[in-house]
Amino acid sequence: MGSFAAMLPSILMIVSPILITAVGGMICERSGIVNIALEGLMGIGAFTAATVHYFLEPLTPYSIWIALLAGLASGMIVSLIHAFASVTLNADQVISGTGINLLATGGTTFLSQVIFRMERTAPFRLGMMPGPGGIYPTAWIALAVVFVSWYVLYRRPFGLHLRACGEHPQAAASAGLNVQRTRYIAVMISGALAGLAGGCLVLTQTIQYTVNTINGAGYIALAAVSFGRWKPAGVSAASLLFGTAVSLAIYMVNIESLRFLPSEFFSVLPYVITLVTLVIFSGRNYAPRASGQPYERGGS
Amino acid sequence: MKADSSAKPGRIDTILANDKAVSLIVVLLGLFLGTILVALVGKNPAGMYSAMLQTLTGFDIDRGTWNSRYIGEWLTASIPLILCGLSFGFASRTGLFNIGAEGQYIAGLTAAQFVALYFPPIPVLHWVVALLAAALAGAFWGGLVGWLKAKFEVSEVVSTILLNYIAFFLSRWASMQIPGANTYKTPNFPQTATLSSPFLESLTNGSRLNLGLWVAIICCVIYWFIIEKTKLGFELRATGLNKDAARCSGIKVTSRITISMIFAGMFAGLAGAVVALGSFGYGRVLGGLDNYGFNGIAAALVGNNTAGGTFVAGLLFGMLASAQPLMQSRQIPKEITWIISGLVVVLISLRAGARLFLDWRAKKIARASEDALPGENAQPREDRNG
Repeated sequence: MGSFAAMLPSILMIVSPILITAVGGMICERSGIVNIALEGLMGIGAFTAATVHYFLEPLTPYSIWIALLAGLASGMIVSLIHAFASVTLNADQVISGTGINLLATGGTTFLSQVIFRMERTAPFRLGMMPGPGGIYPTAWIALAVVFVSWYVLYRRPFGLHLRACGEHPQAAASAGLNVQRTRYIAVMISGALAGLAGGCLVLTQTIQYTVNTINGAGYIALAAVSFGRWKPAGVSAASLLFGTAVSLAIYMVNIESLRFLPSEFFSVLPYVITLVTLVIFSGRNYAPRASGQPYERGGS
Repeated sequence: MKADSSAKPGRIDTILANDKAVSLIVVLLGLFLGTILVALVGKNPAGMYSAMLQTLTGFDIDRGTWNSRYIGEWLTASIPLILCGLSFGFASRTGLFNIGAEGQYIAGLTAAQFVALYFPPIPVLHWVVALLAAALAGAFWGGLVGWLKAKFEVSEVVSTILLNYIAFFLSRWASMQIPGANTYKTPNFPQTATLSSPFLESLTNGSRLNLGLWVAIICCVIYWFIIEKTKLGFELRATGLNKDAARCSGIKVTSRITISMIFAGMFAGLAGAVVALGSFGYGRVLGGLDNYGFNGIAAALVGNNTAGGTFVAGLLFGMLASAQPLMQSRQIPKEITWIISGLVVVLISLRAGARLFLDWRAKKIARASEDALPGENAQPREDRNG
């Protein structure tokens, strides 16, 4: 199918940020912490990356990469709020996540007002350039993130420890693991990846950050985590399916024989497809057993 | 160990053990941090507070004028937040995480708009039917989530997220099919469909305050009654506290989950109707999410998922939202209200921190009293550990 090859770059462009974020969310949930702040953390990463790129663009050719790193760092720093609330304070993990999502919308717009005197960042001149085959480097970043996460989760002692904390924190603690530290690291990884993904999104798909830049990509990543059954391959497949459906929707609008269908039909398709597949592949719950449960250090 | 004076139950323990008091402290802390932030960017925080005062009382301290319209607009902005907060809270009491209030809100809004445009214009009956249709549509959209969870074990977090977008695009498509509709609005509603109340309008100097106010209050009472006073409410709460224990004591957990989502959807659906018929005279073709569903989560969290608490918290967030234009006119970046909302929600986590602190204090006090009276406390100590 020739048209699929033509669509591939745009599919990968849409999939990459979702996949990177979803892998972070997966790592976080495997350690036992649900991170619904992914949406907000992506926004913070996107804002930071767009701002840094705008200012460094005229100065250095490496501006894009510095911007991505800045996005990564900002996501990681803000995720510390979530880590502190849900690991140290044992608070309901939904609360700080929701709070960060609200803070991200307000905070990024507020900072835009302060820095650029408008509700969005000033547009940068040139975003990321596609590499060979029209494929953006973000696709390779996503691939690397998936591979490394699989390797660490399933082939390194740290991954085993992390998964143990998500399945049975008391048992992990009695085996001498520091559950709280492991969970802190997991939350920070998810924050860093969401921030990086936000940067990838803003630098490939648009020219500035607005409150609508992320537009639910973080929530979709959250859905991809459980749809992908908390496994790297599953999460990749879920993100790929969703990204394909989105690009298919963009692509189909331009097909003459399908013109009679309203454009909303194509827009809604990715969500319906995801929901239907979710129902078809339902069954037992694959979630890490302790996911979402606060861990209270052994009774005294 | 020496029994120092701090190791006695004191006022601090009473305050921190009270969720309402902690919520209040958290809100004040959020406002305080917001104030610092405004000062940091070189603006005068006094402007922020005078804008809030004007929203709450209608009194413009800078000009010395009074206009009750601001109070009306504040209440109008709070109504959908309260209703969406009830939606999140109701599901939450059953242990469900409903991020889908936004989609249920859209379902209700769309249904209300259709009834408003197509039902015969009979006074009173017209808007009553519109409200009922919205409640039903929201209940259906929410019930769908509960059914998917009960029947197929589809996580409500995922299905609500997806259904939000599905509702949004379906609503856009359906509304654009209405003859005379363009890409952002439908023709005007007949007067009989609107929730406007001349009494409330005259009371608030022509604000958009409408019958939705009573809808919100009635829903709070219904919420409180079902959750606290009925067998169903008890079963819902039991399911939320411990699903397995509930099942073992004969509660049909899966059907309770669906019922809980039906009620949650109903509240959010009514929020949609109130916004559609109360604040607008025409049907909207949505261009984006209104975000009442997401902001309602904040109201429920601050209100500790109770009816009264959600009502008060909804009023707080409604105040912040409707103070925005007034802040802007005082050169305060209006985004500060979002930041304060976010800070308040994040800081709600301190409630858990307060609990940790109280546990630590209780242990310290117990130890101190044991040291003071050795032997006598042997029996109570056994109780504490059990």
